[in-house]
Amino acid sequence: MINDKDSQKIVDYIQNFSRKHSLFVMAYGTGCGAIEIPATMTSRYDAERFGIRGAATPRQADVLLITGYLATKTLKRVIRVYEQMQEPKYVIGFGSCTINGGMYYDSYNTINALEQYIPVDVYINGCMPRPESVISGFIKLQELIQQGKADNGKRYRENLEWYRANQKKIIKNWKMPDYNW
Amino acid sequence: MEDLGLKIFGAILTTIMAFAVGMTYGGIVRKLTARVQNRFGPPFYQNFLDLVKLQSKKTNVAHGFMGHTAPVWIMVASITVLMFIPILNGNLWFPNLSFHGDLIFILYMMVFGSLGMALGAGQTGNPNSAIGVTRGLSMMVGFEIPFVLALVALMVQYHTTSIQDLMQIQHESGTWLIFSNPFAFLAALFASLGMFRYSPFDIVGAPAELASGPMSEFGGKYLGTMMSGGSIFAFIKLTLYVDLFLGGAGNPDHTGIWATLAGIGVLLIKTFTLYMVPVFYGWVSPRYRTEQAIRYFWGWPTALGIIGLIWAVY
Ligand code: SF4
Repeated sequence: MINDKDSQKIVDYIQNFSRKHSLFVMAYGTGCGAIEIPATMTSRYDAERFGIRGAATPRQADVLLITGYLATKTLKRVIRVYEQMQEPKYVIGFGSCTINGGMYYDSYNTINALEQYIPVDVYINGCMPRPESVISGFIKLQELIQQGKADNGKRYRENLEWYRANQKKIIKNWKMPDYNW
Repeated sequence: MEDLGLKIFGAILTTIMAFAVGMTYGGIVRKLTARVQNRFGPPFYQNFLDLVKLQSKKTNVAHGFMGHTAPVWIMVASITVLMFIPILNGNLWFPNLSFHGDLIFILYMMVFGSLGMALGAGQTGNPNSAIGVTRGLSMMVGFEIPFVLALVALMVQYHTTSIQDLMQIQHESGTWLIFSNPFAFLAALFASLGMFRYSPFDIVGAPAELASGPMSEFGGKYLGTMMSGGSIFAFIKLTLYVDLFLGGAGNPDHTGIWATLAGIGVLLIKTFTLYMVPVFYGWVSPRYRTEQAIRYFWGWPTALGIIGLIWAVY
């Protein structure tokens, strides 16, 4: 009875329900978009009513929020943070810069598409996106979680070689353990 | 044999109740804090959702044996202390072990969880954890002094170290100890500000500064276990205060099921009121630095504790 399909479905439903309503966010404030995070979290837009809450360290976090352009130097830290997070984990790309480079598309020291280096669940476009759109991005993520489609960690593990190759193209002095989560 | 079965059942019931009450109080505080900040806030059961989520994380990283067992230490210490605290005065339903423990034993045991936590956090090797542990232990040196002074004052005044006896004295005389020794109560109340680690004494966790301190390397199931242990511990501290100073709850002369439920209701009202003291204080305070916090505790609270002791002797 424990292992038959229906009871597994119920367990999955409960787990996904609590996952979706309890998102601990690691806001990695890389670009100018980081300035919208305080506005989203505080009184005016109050993200906590959706269970969205800041996490202090990657170990406790569920969502990695990359807010804007990523300098090549920062990419290394982002990868370390991402790999320290525990599964299931989700990534939100925030602002045009994470989608295609935005207005830094021809800069010599930022990456263009975040997707090349770590898997992304939800993109929020805009330069910079207002708190309303940030919250709508989170709600999109909640829908994906409830449907069981947010499998960020799994995608990363399965395509690790491809991601590593891309990462190593950018980070020339790779002095990290190859797999450190 | 039947007796033993009933006792085990009572112990399990007590643990579940402490857990549920502690978690719900935490959720209510989050909601109230949000309302005070003019936000809507999470639902009161948010903490339960967080807990289920943390427990259903798929991967967990531990850093060595102590790091792996630290949350268990907290849990074990919490449940052990819980078993020695009388929940209701003279109740037959969950007496647990409350007749055997005394205040001095509980004073020792209450530090046990923090100690396990300190060792576990030390082994993770995170510098933030090390700083957090140092701060936590220094703050403990701060608030333990008024707390112990208050308890010693009670023990001297009534020549007993048993919580059960103190509750019985309050029941028989009809006055709460908060009235017979107000200074001891004030000292203990100030100490409770430090125990609950709300602002201005949230120097251990300090999310913005220390990245949640000792907890910084614990995620997933570890964090979940710590959270539940902490919730039980919050309930313990509140119940201990209510037992000692606010007359406890329950009536030893009536032990029927309705009297028990009424006793639990009274306990909930008293503990919640008491819980609001550190929470209210936290809403209006910024954070202290470590040395300021210690100076705070060694100032008026300690003085009040000494006055309480003198009051008890004469
Ligand atoms: S998308 Fe716009 S606001 Fe965001 S980091 Fe890029 S340039 Fe800045």
